[in-house]
Amino acid sequence: MTTKMQLDEIDRRIVLATQSGLPLEAQPYHAVARQVGITAEEVMERMRHMLETGVIRRIGVVPNHYALGYKANGMTVWDVPDERVDELGEQVGALDFVSHCYQRPRHLPDWPYNFFAMVHGHDRGEVEELVQRIAGLIGDADRGHEILYSTRILKKTGLRIGG
Amino acid sequence: MDALDRAIINSLQGGFPVCERPFEEVASRLHTSEQEIISRIGQLLERGILSRFGPMYHAERMGGSLSLAAMKIPAGDFERVAEVLNGIPEVAHNYARDHVLSMWFVLATETPQEHAAALEKIEQQTGYPVYDMPKIKEYFIGLRFAA
Repeated sequence: MTTKMQLDEIDRRIVLATQSGLPLEAQPYHAVARQVGITAEEVMERMRHMLETGVIRRIGVVPNHYALGYKANGMTVWDVPDERVDELGEQVGALDFVSHCYQRPRHLPDWPYNFFAMVHGHDRGEVEELVQRIAGLIGDADRGHEILYSTRILKKTGLRIGG
Repeated sequence: MDALDRAIINSLQGGFPVCERPFEEVASRLHTSEQEIISRIGQLLERGILSRFGPMYHAERMGGSLSLAAMKIPAGDFERVAEVLNGIPEVAHNYARDHVLSMWFVLATETPQEHAAALEKIEQQTGYPVYDMPKIKEYFIGLRFAA
């Protein structure tokens, strides 16, 4: 699941050349190849391999969900029995309004929650309806939950590896 | 946004081809031209409707360490602490949330050692304990925003 793979130097250079985006030209992988100093065939082969191994999650567009009108961003946190979290994670993660879904450690006594699901809606009312659907799915395994809304973005730099 | 913009957003949140002329392949699926796809993506980025276009990398599988962490910051000290975290390069995202645990941030480092060092640095510079919540398991992510 969390196999670590050390990238070699050429992979790292491909990551550095593409982590802020692919060039908008007809042959983007050729442009990356020129920057990295290898052939386009090798860039494509290595990127396909990174897709297969999950180093690249996917390639495509990332919408700004605020700009699409999804203005309410609720981090929902749940206290569920540890032995049921995997089964529930698969079900909740498959819902199309859940963008991230994780098991995380509790910090008892003041943080009892071990299951996180990020829910996006157009407003808080919609988020609350969606959370009711999750609660219905979780059923009696729900020993308590909360919705934490984000009220301000304090920093957003994106994830970067260093050069 | 017109129908083509929506089609790009709805059909291209993954699966962008890795081939000689990938935009041409997308264009034929969406019944338009290669140049049209390229310029539409450029415009959607410029207008801020898209925040990115390209590969999404999986930090942990690149050997990195990624963790969600939170702190209980009293309102009167909030701006100072936000400023401190702004100056710490390992803090990738930071959000204010309406909870006693009021500051939630993502720590991105290249090794577990750097992760531990960053946590210690944050506790020292802010004076507050960090509730570190690295993921134990990640479940399948649908992640599709409809336009």
